[in-house]
Amino acid sequence: MDTVPSDVRKLNFDEYSTAKHLDHAAQQARARNFQDFLIVDVDAHHYENESYKEVFQYIESPVIRHDVIDSAQRPGRSAMLNSSVGNQNLGGRITRSNLRRLQKVPADGKHRDIAMTLEWMDAMGVDYACMFPTPMLFLGLHPQVEIEVALCRAYNRWLCERILAVEPRLVSMLYIPFNDPDAAYRTVKDFGECKGVVGFMVTSPRYKPVHDNAYMKTYALLEELGKPISFHAAYSWEDRALQMTNRFISVHSLGFMWFNMIHMTNWVVNGLPERFPKLKVMWIESGLTWAYCLMQRLDHSYMMRTSDCPSLKRKPSEYMREMYYSSQPMEKPDDKSILEATFKMINAETQLLWSSDYPHWDFDLPGVIYDLPFLSETAKRNILGGNAARVFGLDTKVVKKIP
Amino acid sequence: MAEWFVAKAAELPDGDRRIVVAGKDEIGVFHRGGAYYAYSNYCVHSGGPACEGILINKVVDLIAADRTYQGQAFSDEVHFVCPWHGYEYELATGRCVGDRRLKLKKYEVVRRGDDIYVVA
Repeated sequence: MDTVPSDVRKLNFDEYSTAKHLDHAAQQARARNFQDFLIVDVDAHHYENESYKEVFQYIESPVIRHDVIDSAQRPGRSAMLNSSVGNQNLGGRITRSNLRRLQKVPADGKHRDIAMTLEWMDAMGVDYACMFPTPMLFLGLHPQVEIEVALCRAYNRWLCERILAVEPRLVSMLYIPFNDPDAAYRTVKDFGECKGVVGFMVTSPRYKPVHDNAYMKTYALLEELGKPISFHAAYSWEDRALQMTNRFISVHSLGFMWFNMIHMTNWVVNGLPERFPKLKVMWIESGLTWAYCLMQRLDHSYMMRTSDCPSLKRKPSEYMREMYYSSQPMEKPDDKSILEATFKMINAETQLLWSSDYPHWDFDLPGVIYDLPFLSETAKRNILGGNAARVFGLDTKVVKKIP
Repeated sequence: MAEWFVAKAAELPDGDRRIVVAGKDEIGVFHRGGAYYAYSNYCVHSGGPACEGILINKVVDLIAADRTYQGQAFSDEVHFVCPWHGYEYELATGRCVGDRRLKLKKYEVVRRGDDIYVVA
């Protein structure tokens, strides 16, 4: 047997590089020729808490700004901002969560947030990414509504000025402080035309019903602007029903569907698709099976109980099939025909938009769509980028550089 | 098939590992408990660097004779974990813990004098 020289690497847990961490993703991107076509990630994240020093300076109330900055100096003790219990990084098994602080970025003046984001985007083959916050996903559960409003506005201003204004490959659907309907309206009014703002987002864990009359002027404004409203899922271990679960897998699996199932049900049953027929509605990070399930449940009951939802002129599923869905975390049943049926149910070729959720623990690569045997090449390219470019009004020129 | 150089034995102490690029293969070579193990570095899930994550013992539920839950503990079974998403593999077999029908390709490790090689 021949003995040949080889390329050998040691592992070093004292350093971290996103490009190295995602080297296999880049291999996949090259093998599938992702350089040849547009890929848009409609749900990616940054850790805005790593930039809190900057973000807090944008808090307009001097009292709240003072209190938040003061409380941030005492980590581990009671703070002004809420978070959520849950070991997202699997007890250190997802190594990037802890190691990312070791990442070195070029000293070229580019914001660290932008530099780190572009690095993973290029590795995966992503041209544009729609950025969302991470800890702020739970801000809708803050007991002080004025804190949600203040931090949301500060974050949106920081994001627009420091990130979106300077990096054309990053866009966002801005956080709406939904617990204050007037502030929600003001957010859309004030930021609707800002560079890189392609829509607005409601974090789903909260207890305000979407059909409340107080929100109608905001929906009307969004419809007029032609920008989508999205509902970004998350969990809450404080929820009465979810409090019965005892493991993170349980609260995560259920929670990310639970709140969006409620909002979707209220949205459809109260006839909002009839009241806002041109408003684009998107459901983010609940996977796909929840919609497949809910369409059938609502249709079944609707035929017997049309008097409960007299605004509807069609079956609930017909409205749901006209909404948009992000793909991650995409369920992967062993029997692909089940997934194929799910795609058919939501009219995936035009309504599904690929998302990574990177750098969170259950991220997806573009291959989850590209490798599906039942999709045509056209359908794959629509889901991976074409649909998002249409919904967001993005340039379709390929701008990434896969290493 | 060829033998690909991994390391001098003295430079691969117990608990250490190497990633070897052997032609089109990428192989994780572990030295643990006096034995060597070598597996494909491509996770069965989404192709992540399966051999580059942490080593951690299997977690078990402690169920008493009366079938009540008494907490959790680490067992003696050692796993390595894909750092992308947390897929766990048995170090001794390369089998995926979540579905033992799935496993990483296993490679033979040989020692020639002071040198460690993997066969691929």
